[in-house]
Amino acid sequence: MPEIRNFTLNFGPAHPAAHGVLRLVLEMDGEVIQRADPHIGLLHRGTEKLAESKIYNQSIGYMDRLDYVSMMCNEHGYVLALEKMMGIEAPIRAQYIRVMFDEITRILNHLLWIGAHALDVGAMTMFLYAFREREDLMDVYEAVSGARLHATYYRPGGVYRDLPDSMPMFEKSRWHNEAEVKRLNKNREGTVLDFIEDFTARFPKYVDEYETLLTDNRIWKQRLVDIGIVSPERALQLGLTGAMLRGSGIEWDLRKKQPYEVYDKINFDIPVGTNGDSYDRYLVRVEEMRQSNRIIKQCVDWLNKNPGPVILDDNKVAPPPRTAMKSDMEALIHHFKLATEGYCLPEGEAYAAIEHPKGEFGCYIVSDGANKPYRLKIRAPGFAHMSAMDELTKGHMLADVVTIIGTMDIVFGEVDR
Amino acid sequence: MDSLIAIWENVPEALRIVIVILLKIIAILLPVIIAVAYTTFAERKIIGYMQVRCGPNRVGPKGWLQPIADVVKLMFKEIITPTRANRAVFFIAPMLALAPALAVWAVIPFWEGGVLSDINAGLLFVLAITSLDVFGIILAGWASNSKYAILSSMRVGAQVVAYEIAMGFALVGVLMLAGSLNLTEIVNAQAGGIQNWFVWPLFGLLVVYFISGVAETNRAPFDVAEGESEIVAGFHVEYSGMAFALFFLAEYASMLLISILTVLLFLGGWLSPFGATFVDVPLLGMILGDGIHWLFLKAFFFLVLYLWFRATFPRYRYDQIMRLGWKILIPVTLVWIFGIIIFKALQQLGVL
Repeated sequence: MPEIRNFTLNFGPAHPAAHGVLRLVLEMDGEVIQRADPHIGLLHRGTEKLAESKIYNQSIGYMDRLDYVSMMCNEHGYVLALEKMMGIEAPIRAQYIRVMFDEITRILNHLLWIGAHALDVGAMTMFLYAFREREDLMDVYEAVSGARLHATYYRPGGVYRDLPDSMPMFEKSRWHNEAEVKRLNKNREGTVLDFIEDFTARFPKYVDEYETLLTDNRIWKQRLVDIGIVSPERALQLGLTGAMLRGSGIEWDLRKKQPYEVYDKINFDIPVGTNGDSYDRYLVRVEEMRQSNRIIKQCVDWLNKNPGPVILDDNKVAPPPRTAMKSDMEALIHHFKLATEGYCLPEGEAYAAIEHPKGEFGCYIVSDGANKPYRLKIRAPGFAHMSAMDELTKGHMLADVVTIIGTMDIVFGEVDR
Repeated sequence: MDSLIAIWENVPEALRIVIVILLKIIAILLPVIIAVAYTTFAERKIIGYMQVRCGPNRVGPKGWLQPIADVVKLMFKEIITPTRANRAVFFIAPMLALAPALAVWAVIPFWEGGVLSDINAGLLFVLAITSLDVFGIILAGWASNSKYAILSSMRVGAQVVAYEIAMGFALVGVLMLAGSLNLTEIVNAQAGGIQNWFVWPLFGLLVVYFISGVAETNRAPFDVAEGESEIVAGFHVEYSGMAFALFFLAEYASMLLISILTVLLFLGGWLSPFGATFVDVPLLGMILGDGIHWLFLKAFFFLVLYLWFRATFPRYRYDQIMRLGWKILIPVTLVWIFGIIIFKALQQLGVL
């Protein structure tokens, strides 16, 4: 009898469903996966090593580029670790702003996830719907930080600046006439907070729209239910976090279990799944979008009522305001010192983690007392999820691999770092 | 003019027939190809609006020259042959895919008598020729020497077997009611207004037929052969330039064909839904009476359905398509056909 060998398929790194640069070497028996071997590192940029030769604040911008769909959350993890080392805490208003932007980022991330996931499974309309809403949130990013994607907005001791009083507006052009511009600018007339509030009022309707398209869709259910099941025990053993863990029915959310910032003052629920399959994780993430919306609403209400400082007054950590810099000698010196030399962290080590949209994102900093970290280790949730790839895909079909990549919500910026 | 007629009269009889047929072929194929080009445009526009975006709007006024720009681009692109591909089969495959998709149009009547070849076994011819389509795809996948392409070929092979049967059974119902294989006669059997169309007694078969049609043409949600996000582009992943364009042309020509066939078989083709009610009214009679415009209008509806499916549904998995074909569609057609048989038998016995 001739020897029957399995079929080896190189899936990626330039594959439409590879979410960037995933390379999977699949060993298949016909269409059924026998073994999935993820090869990573194609997007490795050496963020951790680079951080060792930079003063602390200069690495904040690199954090944005880790998971480039949940930018501010990455910054948050890093900034929180720095604050823990220094033993400082941001002013309360800054904490609310951070929480608000964490949740905005969560929505941004989940919107991209639902779009990409649906596109992988074949429903391409979702992608464009999700991007319609992302556009609004990107504009909020731009309004506060000047950048739509890589914000570099958080600082140790607060945030870079207070929320501006105006939203950027559309202008008349060849493509948009006056009436159209007026319609587009209708909810941009007030402050940034007004715009966000308007968004929170609209957003639940949008989520309903997504759910109409997907939740009860027979094909969607056939493609997701019972695909990539993880038992609660296995999920813990594999180090899965975030929706990957909650989908298996374990109620673990750092925002509740180890509250940081002001999450303990805010009302929200943690959705959990029951079967631990892709469909449950889908439902969990959709509900998370609704809960994030709730959190944002609460933050907006608080922020509207409580003005105050958004960064520490301690000029050894945070630069003085620019106006002071122009007239005050000491302020100028502080600014110069911070911009060139930065600040030194006390000798020691610290780990701080946040509930990132994808799971637990943590930064472990070892300092030898200099103005640069001795070592920075980033705990990216996607990396742990990636390592469960083989176990999740075994015995499924080729099309399910794509579903599982989608349900893991992998972004290679953070896996490869 | 007179000299032209003189020349024509000097042409030998046999040659005249050939010339007339060739002219007829051009008169059918040219509009089909233009329709294909603008179907791609319609697809991008309609899906665009469904997805809250504009679709192509830069080339020409409102984007109307987009298909022409696409054709020009595809013609000037290099056709790359993968190393170790089977060159002969690699180039024959797209032609094999396109030829049947165009050949079927020979028996499609556009109005009473408006058909290139009014053969008796028209429907059989359609079934036979459309089945050949798949060979182009299977060979393309095999000849490309690519693993993605070969997976796609395997999927198509299995899918077509399942859906060809469902499709054939759905047509049996039509045959039983019309009592003829000739497409013109099938349409004429539905004459007399909307209540006589086969869609009413055969609604289940219409649904099965159209679903199988979508599956046959490898369109969403049954596009596992193309499987954009799984096997990249499936059988035509290695094709570029005109070789790719031929597959594209074949796919869209088949879409048009299925739409028109559905209308001919179930919705009375060029017949007006009002029957002969308005025939005597001047002008209005022209519009509301029978005519090719009804055929196009109804076919356009099914074409839009194709696009609507694509904008709405996720893609089936390969084994789920098989399950749908074998366990749902085929039993439905069988039961329906039994129903018709009983009905017909009772009619002949004089009970009904």
